[in-house]
Amino acid sequence: MIKLIALLTLSNYQIRRIFRIWIQTIVPPAITTALYFLIFGQLIGRRIGEMPGYEGLSYIEFMVPGLIMLSVITNAYGNVASGFYGAKFQKALEEIIISPMPNWAVLLGFISGGIVRGFLVGVVVIFVSIFFVEITVDNILLTIFSVFLTSLLFSVLGLINGIFAKNFDDISIVPTFILTPLIYLGGIFYSIEILSSEWQFISKLNPILYIVNFFRFAMLGSSEIDPMQGFILIVFFTLLFFIIAYSLLLKGVGTKE
Amino acid sequence: MKALEIKNLKKTYKNNVVALKGIDLSVNKGDFFALLGPNGAGKSTTIGIISSLVVKNEGSLKICGIDVDEDFNSAKLKLGVVNQEFNFSQFEKVFDIIVTQAGFYGVPYKVAKERAEKYLKKLGLWDKKDEIARMLSGGQKRRVMIIKALIHEPELLILDEPTAGVDIELRRILWEFLEDINKNGTTIILTTHYLEEAESLCKNIAIIDNGEIIENTSMNKLLSKLEDQFYVIETSNNIDQSFKLENFYCKWEDKNKFTVKIPDGKTLNDLFVEEEISKIKITNIKNQTNRLEELFVRLTSKND
Repeated sequence: MIKLIALLTLSNYQIRRIFRIWIQTIVPPAITTALYFLIFGQLIGRRIGEMPGYEGLSYIEFMVPGLIMLSVITNAYGNVASGFYGAKFQKALEEIIISPMPNWAVLLGFISGGIVRGFLVGVVVIFVSIFFVEITVDNILLTIFSVFLTSLLFSVLGLINGIFAKNFDDISIVPTFILTPLIYLGGIFYSIEILSSEWQFISKLNPILYIVNFFRFAMLGSSEIDPMQGFILIVFFTLLFFIIAYSLLLKGVGTKE
Repeated sequence: MKALEIKNLKKTYKNNVVALKGIDLSVNKGDFFALLGPNGAGKSTTIGIISSLVVKNEGSLKICGIDVDEDFNSAKLKLGVVNQEFNFSQFEKVFDIIVTQAGFYGVPYKVAKERAEKYLKKLGLWDKKDEIARMLSGGQKRRVMIIKALIHEPELLILDEPTAGVDIELRRILWEFLEDINKNGTTIILTTHYLEEAESLCKNIAIIDNGEIIENTSMNKLLSKLEDQFYVIETSNNIDQSFKLENFYCKWEDKNKFTVKIPDGKTLNDLFVEEEISKIKITNIKNQTNRLEELFVRLTSKND
């Protein structure tokens, strides 16, 4: 019972933080997504036409799942990385470490904030997209499940980043120099079928491509990559990084001297 | 049962700084215990290990009879720690900080709210409950730290310099509060640089220096090691710098004040039979404070 109360307290604390700083957490994805829809969807998208492999869908319809994933991934990751490092920086993490909360509860407590934020911004992006395009979801349960799995994976990654971070630069290096390029080159704005075979091969080394396509399959019912590959990849990396994050907490890396 | 039992505790940091060289320490239940030492002596490392923020290299540690190597989480339920630095989110409301802390210890929300109200009222912070923490003064934040550490009603409370940067009035309020909770059964371990604080509050004392316990005894026994007593005597008539007493060393302070040393084996009565004393009009006699400070300096400098 003690452990459950502790876990719920930390989850509640992390979720409260999302709403306390809603201008930083919820508003930016709404604005950037609206701009993407306006510029790439409405203005440029009309000239682009359909993407190969997605016949019958307008460019803006093709883009919606990608933009949702863009927001979900960056927000889930950023929420946990900044939440954990912020607590470390303010020494508020000490009150958690000193408490009898088990490491699994610390892990779940922090990543629950990332998952909630992932879902929230996902809903915000869908809401914004309604103003630009008529949305139809092929498989609602799979779509929700896909958002959950993706948020979970990137929340765990954000936590690992937060554990190793020694200053605020350290929590922006990975999102800026690794995550964002991989996301932008991960089939959000284009189908890899428009690329040459060499670039297609390189693109297929990008794990984000599989994640985006798994979600696109759930939402649109079609995907240029086998969705099962995406599902297996997400589950594999989630388990792997979950174990890594747990053992880092257990060893006290970045939290104890 | 002991509230705290430490055996052969050792800690060397990654930069090869040896913080603890194998200390033994035990604190009885109900004690008000002072852990003193100069900066860098190993106090904070010891507290860090007890609170799990620092990982020990060797040794054993029991909190209220629970071996931390066997069940640290159960031991932590018995322990409350007030760290030197403020360790709460500066952007949360005072009430939320305290209730959240209670939740980390598994205290149900309803109970946590009642306790938060009780302690906030006791320490005069009830009207600040909805303030954002960063808007509080240093003394108010210090009180929040104490309430946070007490919210799960621990059996052992460790305070690492709780009155640092606190004004005199608030320091007195905190002393009274700590004495009160100690009387109600909470064991308290206090580190402080205000030795007057340790002297007036604590029953037992350990002095740590260079990672070793160099003294571990009762406050009375330690103070009895002081062979000499010093008194400050104020007079209404003027005395000059040549003022002397035949059998006592005295030091002129100003035209109405001098300090006299009463060596071991002599008493104040012996002083008043001095002829020179009968010629002056005494208005005040004070035992020179900081007796513990004198001993502390003597003990720690011996160890340098």
